[in-house]
Order: sequence, then C-alpha cells, then structure tokens
Amino acid sequence: MTQVHGGSPSRQRGSRRGGDRIMVPEADFSSYYGRPIVKPAPWENDIAYYLFTGGVAAGSALLAAGADLTGRPGLRRVARFGSLGGLGLSIGFLVHDLGKPSRFLNMLRVAKLTSPMSVGTWILSLHGPFAALASGSEIVAMLPAHWQRGPLGLVVTLGRPAGLVGAVTAPPVAAYTAVLLADTATPAWHSAHEELPFVFCGSAAAASGGLGLLGAPVAEAGPARAFAVGGALVELAAEQRMEASMGLSAETLHQGVAGRWMRASKALTVAGAVGALAGRRSRLLSMASGAALMAGSLCTRMGVFEAGLASARDPKYTVVPQRERVDQGVPVRHQE
Amino acid sequence: MIGRNSLFGPLDPAPDAGYEAPPPRKGFFTDTSVCIGCKACEVACKEWNDVPENLFEMLGTSYDNSHSLNANQWRHVAFIERPGTAPVPDRPAVDLGMPTVGAAPSDVPEEAKPDFQWLMSSDVCKHCTHAACLDVCPTGSLFRSEFGTVVVQDDICNGCGYCVAACPYGVIDRREGPEGDPRVGIAQKCTLCYDRLTDNQRPACAQACPTESILFGDVDELRERANERVAALHEQGVMDARLYGNDPDDGVGGTGAFFLLLDEPEVYGLPPDPVVTTKDLPRMFNRAGLAATFMLAGAAASFLRRNR
Repeated sequence: MTQVHGGSPSRQRGSRRGGDRIMVPEADFSSYYGRPIVKPAPWENDIAYYLFTGGVAAGSALLAAGADLTGRPGLRRVARFGSLGGLGLSIGFLVHDLGKPSRFLNMLRVAKLTSPMSVGTWILSLHGPFAALASGSEIVAMLPAHWQRGPLGLVVTLGRPAGLVGAVTAPPVAAYTAVLLADTATPAWHSAHEELPFVFCGSAAAASGGLGLLGAPVAEAGPARAFAVGGALVELAAEQRMEASMGLSAETLHQGVAGRWMRASKALTVAGAVGALAGRRSRLLSMASGAALMAGSLCTRMGVFEAGLASARDPKYTVVPQRERVDQGVPVRHQE
Repeated sequence: MIGRNSLFGPLDPAPDAGYEAPPPRKGFFTDTSVCIGCKACEVACKEWNDVPENLFEMLGTSYDNSHSLNANQWRHVAFIERPGTAPVPDRPAVDLGMPTVGAAPSDVPEEAKPDFQWLMSSDVCKHCTHAACLDVCPTGSLFRSEFGTVVVQDDICNGCGYCVAACPYGVIDRREGPEGDPRVGIAQKCTLCYDRLTDNQRPACAQACPTESILFGDVDELRERANERVAALHEQGVMDARLYGNDPDDGVGGTGAFFLLLDEPEVYGLPPDPVVTTKDLPRMFNRAGLAATFMLAGAAASFLRRNR
C-alpha cells in the first residue's frame, strides 16, 4: 500500500435523486486516510430544537407586545404562551445538552464578548425574566378576579411594561444563535456567517407568526400573518444568498439528511406563506398554514444543523478551500 | 483585556491575557524528520496526565491505532505510507544506541530497494496565539497560562462542547468515556504539562522522546532552531521540508507548538491554512445586529398595517 490517501470517507459519485444536483467536479485533495480534520460539535439534536424554540420565543415576545398595545387579546394570549413555552423548552434543551448539566450556572460566572455562547446566555438572562413576567400576567389574568389581589395583582399591572422590555430584547435572542453556529471552525456554519442571522431571524418570524395564525382568531391574526409571510420571504431569500456565498460547503445543504431537511423546509415554508396569504378569511386554512410555517422553520434549523455536522465530518470542506487559498498565493495572513 | 491584535495578528499571548512580567512563552517544536514513530510520547503523556484508554481498534491505516487527537489522546503519532520521492540525506544515520530488529544491513543496491517512504509525526495541541477554544469558552474554564499556553480547568468546564467545534485543528474534545472517569462530559486536551512547567520540568512527551523530535523550550528560541533546521535540510537536498505554524502572521497568530513537515499539512491530517474563527467575530455580531434590527422593524411594521 504505497498510495497517498486522498478523498473523503464517503464520496458520493453518480447521480443523486432530486433536482438540486450541483455540477461541480469532485474536488481532488489529500487527507490523512480520509479522516476528519475539524471535529463536529458534540451536540445532540437538542441544539437544533433550541434554535427553533428560541426563535419561536423571540418572535412571540414581539407579537405579544404588539398585540397588547393594539388591543388584540386573542393574539396576545397565544403569543405570550408561545413566548413562555419557547423559553422553557429552550432552557431545557440547552441544559440537557451540556456534558455536566449540574454546572449550568457556570455560564454566569463570566461575561465574555468573544464567546457568542456567553453573550447569548446573558441575552437570555436579560430577556427571559421580562418575557416570563409578561406571560405570567396573562396566566394571572385568567384566574378568578378575587385571586388577583396583592402580589398577583402587581404581576398583571407589570404585564405590559415587562412585555415591552421583553419585546425589545427579543430580536437578539433570535439573531445570536446564528453567530453561535457561525463562530466555529465548522465549514458550513462559518462560511454562512454573512447571511445566517437573516435566515434565522426570518425563520423565527415565520415560526412565531405561524403560531399566531394557529392560535389566534382570524379577526386578530392580521399582524401575525404579515409577520409570518415577511419572515418566510426573508428566510427564503437569505437562504439563497447564503448558499451563493458559502462556497464549497454549500453542497452539504443539498446532500443526505441535511438535504432532506432543507427541501422539506423550502416546501413547507412556501406552502405556508401562500396558504397564509390565501387564508385571510378561513380559520382552518390559517391554522394549517401556521402549522406548515412552524414545521418549515424547524426543518430549516435541522437542515442547517445537520449540514454543519456533515461538513465537519468530511475533510474535503476543510482542506479544499484552504488549499485553494495557499495555491493561489493568498493564504490568510495578518497585514499591518 | 482587549488590545490591538487581540483577535488576530502577531501577539505575545500571556501579557495580552493580563499577566505582568510573565515567563517567556513556552512551546514545542516537533521535528517530524527525526520522528521514528515509537509512540513514547503517547505513552508518557498518558502516564503523566492520567489520560484514560482511547478507542482502541485496528484501523488498517498503517501503524496508527491511536486514531486521532481527542479527549483521551493528547499526543497522536500519525503514520503515512507513500511513494518515496524525497532523496535520503547522504550521510550515515546517527546511532542512537537503540536495540535493532529485523535484517542485518544488506548489500542490495539502493535502486533495487522499494521506492517507498514513511512519514511519521507526533501531533499535539497547537497552543495557538489566538486560540478559538479559549475565545469561545462561555465559562472561563479554558484559560491562558502565564507560559502562554491554553489549559482547561476541569472543575469549571460544564461540557457545553463549544470549544470542540471552534478548534480549527480538531484537537480539543469532550470526554465520553470510560464510564466512571471523573472527567467524563468535560473538555480535555494537552496542557503542555502545566503542572510540570510550574516545577521547571519538561513536558512528559518531550522528556520521553528518544530522538529529540519533540523539542521543548522558549517559543522564540525554538523558532530560530526551526529555521536553522529547515535550512540545513534544504542544504542536504530535502526540499520537501517545511515549517508549519511558526509564522506569527498566520491565521491563528502562530502556534506555540509548531512542526517541521516533509509533505503538505493535509497529508498529516493538519489544515493547510487554519484561521481562528473569532477573527470574523466583529463582522458576525454586526450582521446579527442588523438582522435583529430588521426583525424588530418587521414586527412593528406588521402591526402598523391598516385593519386586521
């Protein structure tokens, strides 16, 4: 055996199903027995679910505040529940994915600007209590009137101001998760860093708007509809741009498990957006569209998550772009 | 502390991390041209640092059965079998006084011998000037030592795994086993034998290396020695010899542990042009800020529309 080992561990040759085949010649490169260079993040699907639930929580906090200010109690209620539920699930997923869950609070012993996870923890710590207080006021308001005295009455009074603070702090919750993924050596995540925040914010708007369509009466769902459709459009457009700027690793969004999630995401998001526009007067169609938009958002998160892991497992995505820079005489070097 | 070049560019890491008058930066120069693949470094590392068993399996990839650098493998010797093209230095090998095995010297002429070459290299954590693992660690478990090295504090790490995805070399990893090990679930990697350094001892791997392929010392001095060594090899006609990680202007600001290689880095499983991911972090936060602003504006606009 006197060959230099090259190539990926599982190069797919020949045709694949589906219409998204990219006509790029198979890259030729050297590697150490086809083994990965960078390591995939040791994260379970929990993190992809968190990307989704965090997005729902953030978008819902925005919708809840808007509904509160514009007198839409039905939309406010579902959005506040979405905000609280999304937050609770998010924290659950985050803690569960730690290697030492009992040390979760160690996240709060430092504040580090160079760590998007630290920044995100502090963003959540700021947003969470206010959003939860606003949601709590919704629950208290549903209790019998004679229970709403004393401290519980205070919760109701604070609902609106807390909801406003929760709304202002919500967009960073949706956006930082893109930086969380992009600030890694994982090829498909890092190379997406220009557009990924837009994909994720769009996806969060689509999902939370979808939840509003699912739960609010048609008469009040207008803003949720607009937010959802706008989010879906931003997500679809940003995803296209992102693929164009990612270079070689964009193909991981079309292959294998990630490819199936991304195709499902596109179909569900398009169908959901069209349905939402067509279903202005139909509660049933609105609900179905809302569910499709939420499912589409989840698929986007799963697809991006899986594409990153796939791009880390195959040394091609690490070696080929770097080798090209070196061969073209433009390696990354510090310039005074 | 945040100063110029804190995210990218040449830097002395210990003063940048806030140490006043730290000792000179310490590191490794691993000269793979004299590595004999004995794995003494792997064994010494495991013994000294109490690193538990690694996934042990026959991989069918030359003599490599220790797989990769990971939580349970802080030194990893790579074996590459390839067609022999590099000329052999034409002087007798240095006698190390090692026991010999195999056939006695033969009178087979050079051209009749197999045209075949082994590359061996002992890989290790690079202790980057700009260490992505350290930058992204959300708990402060990873820290910069006074020697300019990067070390995990076992009792702080909560196992978030962010460092694993951030390392451009795929070095640091979360320990998954064996069951019952107190460090299961937390990030582990080479500490450059922090405990030995504080006692003026060489790291265990460098101490054990029989051919001085692994040299330990002050990074400035090692860089000079590396330049001399690569020049000497070029003079002897080994034109494939090259340094890897010694350039303070490179994508990670130069590494504390750098290498002399005899082929392209990717042949050894090393990235050819690694870049610390946090170099782009200001840009990433800017883009996220813009997206978040759009989202807030979009939500407001959704409510400002007339009717429903």
